[in-house]
Amino acid sequence: MNETIGAFLALGGSIFLLLASVGMLRMPDYYNRMQTGTKATTLGSILFLVGLGVMRPEWLGKMLLLVGFVVLTNPVSSHALARAAHNARAKLDKVGKTVLAVDALADAEDAATDAPARAAGNGEAEHA
Amino acid sequence: MKDLKGRAIRFVLLYGAWLVLTDPGKRDEWIAGGIVALLASVLPLFPKTALGDLKLSPKALFGMIAYFAVFMKALVMSNLDVAFRVLHPKLPINPGIVAIRTRLATPLGRLLLANSITLTPGTITVETKGDTFFIHWINVSERDVEAATKAIVGEFEKRLEVFCG
Repeated sequence: MNETIGAFLALGGSIFLLLASVGMLRMPDYYNRMQTGTKATTLGSILFLVGLGVMRPEWLGKMLLLVGFVVLTNPVSSHALARAAHNARAKLDKVGKTVLAVDALADAEDAATDAPARAAGNGEAEHA
Repeated sequence: MKDLKGRAIRFVLLYGAWLVLTDPGKRDEWIAGGIVALLASVLPLFPKTALGDLKLSPKALFGMIAYFAVFMKALVMSNLDVAFRVLHPKLPINPGIVAIRTRLATPLGRLLLANSITLTPGTITVETKGDTFFIHWINVSERDVEAATKAIVGEFEKRLEVFCG
């Protein structure tokens, strides 16, 4: 019984991982690929690990610990990638078109470069 | 005081992780894990922790559970949302980067908020500058700072304020 439930959970997880990879191919630009690459893989990994935990109950604690690590680190790494992409946007624009209806961050940075002192700049919220 | 609290919370988390990864039935593991966790949380070799911002009152603990429930719901919704957009033949997206402003003052609160944003439907935190977050939004519906803040983080901010203002 446990085997069956666990197998279905793991199957659900792999479907989300599959959707993530379809999204990678279909999305038009870097940021949108990241959207699918972050979210779908997070839930996909969670379901997969919990499914394994259900199949082998003695592993469940370890699997939940792994889920915790995935949930904590996945958003941090995608944030770092998105930030790096935005910093290198001039180079990215040469490779392919980035689709952005509005870019408040670039506007804010332009405004800050015009101002004599760059007051804003302490974005150090990434220490845990 | 806050530093001490942060170290105490770190000790409990490390000890818990050790016991889950090894065999909690053996007394040796309790002793060895206790020593290692204590050293790792007391010695000044490791980066400072922001965990001291966590509140531990009963109300805050209930707040954590409520936040966890909201977060899991948002995570599932976000996946269904992505799945819908990926499979839709017309690829319905209207991406852009918007600014939002948070009321949370502590580093831990902001970290959790930024991570929650990244894992909720259609949004990724691109950059944080003080209390302003820049969010990549797959389907921009509000360009104004106030309105975007309300649409993206309203729920999370309220829940996070309870236990790590």
